[in-house]
Amino acid sequence: MMKPIRVWAIARKEVVHILRDPRSLMMAIAIPMLLLVLFGYALTLDVDNVPMVVWDQSQSQTSREFISRFDGSRYFSIRQYARDYHEVERSIDTGKALVALIIPTDFGSDIKSGRAAPVQLIVDGGDSNTATIAMGYADFVALNYSQDVAIREIARSGGPKLHPPLDMRPRVWFNAELVSKNYIIPGLIAVIMMVIAALLTSLTVAREWERGTMEQLIATPVKGSELILGKLLPYFALGMLDVLLAVLMGEFLFEVPLRGSVGLLFGMAAVFLVGALSLGMFISIMTRSQLLASQLAMVLTFLPSFLLSGFMYSIANMPPPIQIMTHLIPARYFVVLLKGIYLKGVGLEVLGLNAVLLAVFAVVMVALANFKFRKKLE
Amino acid sequence: MFERIQQMLVKEFIQTFRDPKMMGIIFMMPIVQVLIFGYAVTTDVRHVKTAIHDLDNSVVSRELISRFEKSGYFDIVEYVERDERATELIDRDQVKAVLRINNGFGEALRAGRTAKLQVIVDGTDSNTAGIVLDYSSKISLRFSQQVLMTRFTRIRGLAQKPGHVTLETRAWFNENLESRNFYVPGVIAIIVMLITLMLTSMAVVREKEIGTMEQIMVTPIRPFEFILGKTVPFALIGFADVVLITLIGVFWFEVPIRGSLPLLFSATALYLMTTLGVGLLISTVSSTQQQAMMSTFFFYFPAVLLSGFMFPINNMPIVIQWCTYLNPLRYFLVIIRGVFLKGVGLEILWPQLAALAIMGVVTLWMAASRFQKRLT
Repeated sequence: MMKPIRVWAIARKEVVHILRDPRSLMMAIAIPMLLLVLFGYALTLDVDNVPMVVWDQSQSQTSREFISRFDGSRYFSIRQYARDYHEVERSIDTGKALVALIIPTDFGSDIKSGRAAPVQLIVDGGDSNTATIAMGYADFVALNYSQDVAIREIARSGGPKLHPPLDMRPRVWFNAELVSKNYIIPGLIAVIMMVIAALLTSLTVAREWERGTMEQLIATPVKGSELILGKLLPYFALGMLDVLLAVLMGEFLFEVPLRGSVGLLFGMAAVFLVGALSLGMFISIMTRSQLLASQLAMVLTFLPSFLLSGFMYSIANMPPPIQIMTHLIPARYFVVLLKGIYLKGVGLEVLGLNAVLLAVFAVVMVALANFKFRKKLE
Repeated sequence: MFERIQQMLVKEFIQTFRDPKMMGIIFMMPIVQVLIFGYAVTTDVRHVKTAIHDLDNSVVSRELISRFEKSGYFDIVEYVERDERATELIDRDQVKAVLRINNGFGEALRAGRTAKLQVIVDGTDSNTAGIVLDYSSKISLRFSQQVLMTRFTRIRGLAQKPGHVTLETRAWFNENLESRNFYVPGVIAIIVMLITLMLTSMAVVREKEIGTMEQIMVTPIRPFEFILGKTVPFALIGFADVVLITLIGVFWFEVPIRGSLPLLFSATALYLMTTLGVGLLISTVSSTQQQAMMSTFFFYFPAVLLSGFMFPINNMPIVIQWCTYLNPLRYFLVIIRGVFLKGVGLEILWPQLAALAIMGVVTLWMAASRFQKRLT
């Protein structure tokens, strides 16, 4: 039988322990806030203002008008006008420009006399994401320009007015301005909780072993499950405080819309936190060394939840074997829940399966931590 | 003196590798990371699940739809007939985009007016959504351009064509635009930073925490020798990881190395000076391993996120861009990607190397002087 008084005693001991080290406690709160601020303000995968170098051999009014189409868009920003190929090359080699636009001598006359004017676009392919998007934009600018040339040509010769044949109207649901923070911040809550929870608890049992205080604990009548529960409680409170702070920052600082139920959000956060804390505890029990535990926590929690949870990199774009693997990553379910609750405002009727799987993760981790700990005590 | 340093090195190696699990971590962690970055982290968007809501159902509307289908970016999963069904599909995450063509689409095109096409995307993943919209507007613009050309010739006769631009695009350094070529070299930089930071900061603090620091202080070892003993083993481990990841990158993922390896390794040495220096600094301000670990992450997270490893520095607010100049990882990434993909040498990379050298000397000197004060 679990005795509440012994659980309480362990919990109090752990609280004293946490309070004795105010710097670690401060960081347990500061790291999540730092991550939120970085992702909210500084980090985005949106591609804007791609630095560009232009080598305009034509130097005509037409070529300047074409270049102004690039300069005028928010996607490109012209950093340099090169005088020869060597300057173009150097600009890309040093990383000063990611894109080079090379306009041939005959550009102006080609356009005027109704021929195809070849323009060269060189892209630094190193960052493939930025490169792909920049190439798409450039294509778009060139097509748009060609269409305008045709329409103007007819208007100049007094023909009937030509209309652009197709008008594509985009409509974006759930995140109308395509603000990446709206999509990042909810998912980030899952990553932060996973990391903080595992980092905090991964050292707690290992530390007792390393310092030799575990033997003293074993000598007391406290049972394994009581010890684990007692140790989890204070970190659970700390983790929920982090969630609360993250939700408040999302609401008031970043103005991420929260369309679903707040109760469901915190309920699911609690379930996830229990699982994540138990995972950290499990690592700690397994390793008995703080250095090892911290490294393992990093590999098992931070990396998968950051890269394979769909928080930032969409799972649908991954190769199929990796997509299957992501089902083993609990953060995945929580990310789906968070994004659903935040952006779509849907509830359990749509997210039910994810909620169940999250609960399964929590139960399995708690059981695993308890099971491993009993064996080690003997 | 050399003998004392040697003894210290031996002790440090024994201590690090006493637990075979540690060995596993030090060499498994890089492998796992390279595999994840090599396979899973991709920003390429293809096969977007799409529903079609074609109210016009004419020859031209079907022609436009087939353009979307043939592009390879869109997989059509369902033809819907009602708005409610489209909404349901997006809500349940079964499609990411809906193409909606209204009544009168074909009629408008035939009459020479502007026909409207609506593309609805799920914006929850703003990155994918943005790319999907780019694809759609490119496909529609191409289609539009073609129709325009026929309208043009109808007015001016077949002999006359309007001038137009043809864009000939070439990607340098990474011709097929594979994201692994971008990430795998970068993984070297972030792994080495994490391993050396953590090992150094925690190894020193562990001596304090479990009380063996006093024992070391009563030996004749000098602070300078102690510092060497605590950094050289981890520098070697860092180097081993660099070699390991480079081998996997080159032979497994076929990432090209176009530049000089000696340059890469000298840059690694300078870079390690900065990470070991920061690790030692953290150890001087921490008294428990918990503190050391939390401080390490407090440094590591912003260092990785503000380095250009995943998020282009160009897109950051200008003040943050200034801050990144203080980040050693930023310089090392430029060097490592320069050596791997661009094949450039000293003549281009010297500013980055100089920056790393200065930062390395400064951090190590700061750490060493703080450290000596602590010991004496």
